[in-house]
Amino acid sequence: MARIGNAKQLAEYRKQVKASKPESRKAIAVCAGTGCKAFGSFELFEAFREALARHELDRQWDLRATGCHGFCERGPLVLFFPDGMLYQRVKSSDVDEIVQTTLKQGKVVDRLLYTDPQSGDAYIKERDIPFYKHQRRLVLEQNGQIDPCSIDDYIALGGYSALAKALAMGPHRVLDEVERAHLRGRGGAGFPAGRKWKTCRGTESDKRYIICNADEGDPGAFMDRSVLEGNPHSVLEGMIIGAFAIGADEGWVYVRQEYPLAIERLELALEAARAKGLLGEDILGSGFAFDVHINRGGGAFVCGEESALIASLEGRRGVPRRRPPYPAVAGLHGKPTNINNVETWANVPLIVGKGADWFRSIGTEGSKGTKIFSLVGKVNNTGLVEVPMGMPLRQIVEDIGGGIPGGKRFKAVQTGGPSGGCLPADKLDVAVDFDSLTAEGSMMGSGGMIVMDEDTCMVDVARYFVGFLKFESCGNCTSCRDGLERMHELLTDITEGRGTDETIALLEDLAATVKATSLCALGTTAVNPVQSTLKYFRDEYEAHVRDKRCPARVCKALISYTIDNDACTGCTLCAKRCPQDAISGQKKGPHTIDQDKCIKCGICRDVCTYDAVRVE
Amino acid sequence: MERRFKINDIDVKARAGEHLLDVARRYGFEIPSLCHHEALPPIGACRICLVEVAWGGRRELCTSCNFEVIEGMQVTTDTPAVQHHRAMNLELLLARAPGSARLRELAAQYGVRRTRFGPPATSPLPNCILCELCVRACEQLGNHALTMVGRGDKKRIGLAFNSPSEQCTGCASCASVCPTECIPVKDTAAGRTIWGQTHPLVLCKVCGAPVMTERQRAKAIAKKGLPEEYYDFCESCKQSTASKRFASIVW
Repeated sequence: MARIGNAKQLAEYRKQVKASKPESRKAIAVCAGTGCKAFGSFELFEAFREALARHELDRQWDLRATGCHGFCERGPLVLFFPDGMLYQRVKSSDVDEIVQTTLKQGKVVDRLLYTDPQSGDAYIKERDIPFYKHQRRLVLEQNGQIDPCSIDDYIALGGYSALAKALAMGPHRVLDEVERAHLRGRGGAGFPAGRKWKTCRGTESDKRYIICNADEGDPGAFMDRSVLEGNPHSVLEGMIIGAFAIGADEGWVYVRQEYPLAIERLELALEAARAKGLLGEDILGSGFAFDVHINRGGGAFVCGEESALIASLEGRRGVPRRRPPYPAVAGLHGKPTNINNVETWANVPLIVGKGADWFRSIGTEGSKGTKIFSLVGKVNNTGLVEVPMGMPLRQIVEDIGGGIPGGKRFKAVQTGGPSGGCLPADKLDVAVDFDSLTAEGSMMGSGGMIVMDEDTCMVDVARYFVGFLKFESCGNCTSCRDGLERMHELLTDITEGRGTDETIALLEDLAATVKATSLCALGTTAVNPVQSTLKYFRDEYEAHVRDKRCPARVCKALISYTIDNDACTGCTLCAKRCPQDAISGQKKGPHTIDQDKCIKCGICRDVCTYDAVRVE
Repeated sequence: MERRFKINDIDVKARAGEHLLDVARRYGFEIPSLCHHEALPPIGACRICLVEVAWGGRRELCTSCNFEVIEGMQVTTDTPAVQHHRAMNLELLLARAPGSARLRELAAQYGVRRTRFGPPATSPLPNCILCELCVRACEQLGNHALTMVGRGDKKRIGLAFNSPSEQCTGCASCASVCPTECIPVKDTAAGRTIWGQTHPLVLCKVCGAPVMTERQRAKAIAKKGLPEEYYDFCESCKQSTASKRFASIVW
């Protein structure tokens, strides 16, 4: 691989790559994101490779393993270019039929198309599927198109042209452009990136660093992971542009050890970029030098907090410190350091390439551009979605997410990860942007979105998240360490039937102190799940403490299983399956549950075909 | 560089980079704290030295120990919010360290006479409030024997690999800075017992009082290049010997 010496050579190289891979060329893109990989997409990819060779179609069809396409619920996904047809839940055993029918005869295999479970409509093209139709995929756009291990694929689609443009613009114009775009940090706090960059650049120093925060730790969140796995060069290009604008010569990616695929692809990307002269000394002949190292984090949630991340990177305990001074003034090894998260960096090439005006045209007044969410929980279409800022929550849950499975009722959606708030049905019309979510007692966070249905107990949910956060607190502050542990005890008391009105009052009082007096954002936001559920679902708390009843029938101490004698046919299935031998009765006669033996596992209810098991 | 600002409406001056708690105490303002020592870097652990600070249109409830002073700010040391949250944090700490007289007394000043919380689930060192003063003192002395282990509700003070430390000199600085006096240290004829080890003591050649541990002496001698007999006497005997020598020269 030859080095690319300047912007002109980059354009020529792009022409060459494009000539060898014309866009009109037929291609099969097998999703090789973590979700699809778990469903067997690597085996599927091998099956395609073998079949294409066997049928001598490998010259006509370009086969690619790509990053996450987002529609994880329906994996493994296979996308066909240039027409954009999508097959879902494809198995290796389907490959022969696909080759015979689709590749050879140009016909569709109907059973592999996505069919809307509600309307029964089948969709051929990816872009027509409701899950994709309402999205605006900018950062994720190339995820389904390129092989993340190939720098040529990225360059063919215009990759690194923004870097060439930035080098021509000079650092100050790049800073102005990013500031004017009003790009806000996607990691949680939403701080304007341009202002942070300027502060870092403006701090007198012989050395500056930039850091990419890829310590994505929210349960159920996989936005940053998918961007790193699917399009590592977009993050890298953003970092190189940022380093040039800020005047940094060294960068770090702090990525979780639990993301081996992301690390592997990032390493490949770094090597390829170095070989091409896009990273290292004299980038694109500009004289600008910059290189990136990877640091594998040990998986502490608190290391996503920037000052804790820096401490960890310096080899110390991952404990936050008081800011100011902010890292942009005194960060890694005391030098000015600019930290942004993966998604923020990935937005940078788009802004520089297409201009701040274009970027500003998307989103709301205070929040520009798009935001990626991992949509999970009780929703039909779980997956990775990217929407313009300001889209109502309802549209994400109902149109993109396809509503709640099993005809259940929507109850709440938690935005912003474990320390986000839970918003009820009457807040579904709130616009998803930094300021609106905060105003309603939740937050944007880094983009976790968990949908809950009527079978979810909100007290139990609050207890779960506080339990996660008390474990992940660094333990420095009394309020966060002990406060969260005590809140967890109080919530456990409520879910186990020991709570009173005073328990709720103490919980509220304690939450206020944790929020007001903790040092970092982990502590100050950790109470959001409790405060928001107390605000919007107080009746559930009161039912637990006053009536000793769990309305969602989740809290085991407050429910009991009984068998309805009229409905029971005496089929004995429940008695056979009960792990505690708590169910007795004659064959073809009514059965009963021994409450002393019952552990409330719910198996009897799940197996009963006559709906005879009652929970109260 | 000088910083001028107000504490409870009184004009004060400080050096740039100074922490608010140190300045306030210099001026005689009373702000309670448990995890602060003027010789050690602040970490803001106990959350008791809370104050309200207003500057540039912002108003913040923050700990004063690790708050760098800002020109023109207005500090209030005892607002209702400060009192309320101090009391709650004291109540949380009281559950950890019910045996600490100092903590009980401080809590009582804020109306907290009993705690509504039970003992914490894990606390291998009774009455420890995890303020890290011991760890910071040990670090500052260059010994690095003590460390924090675990995080969140599992956090505790400990020794590396949970075994007696070669780094520990038995100086007992950890015990002397501990606000709840929870680190057991015992001097006997056999030596000083602390953190699972018994350190032989250097005894004063005149009066027989303990001077320091042998490990402390070895470390100090190696570090400073002092003669072996430098630590033969305790501080008071060293003084009286010196005075006698001085007297014999003069008279």
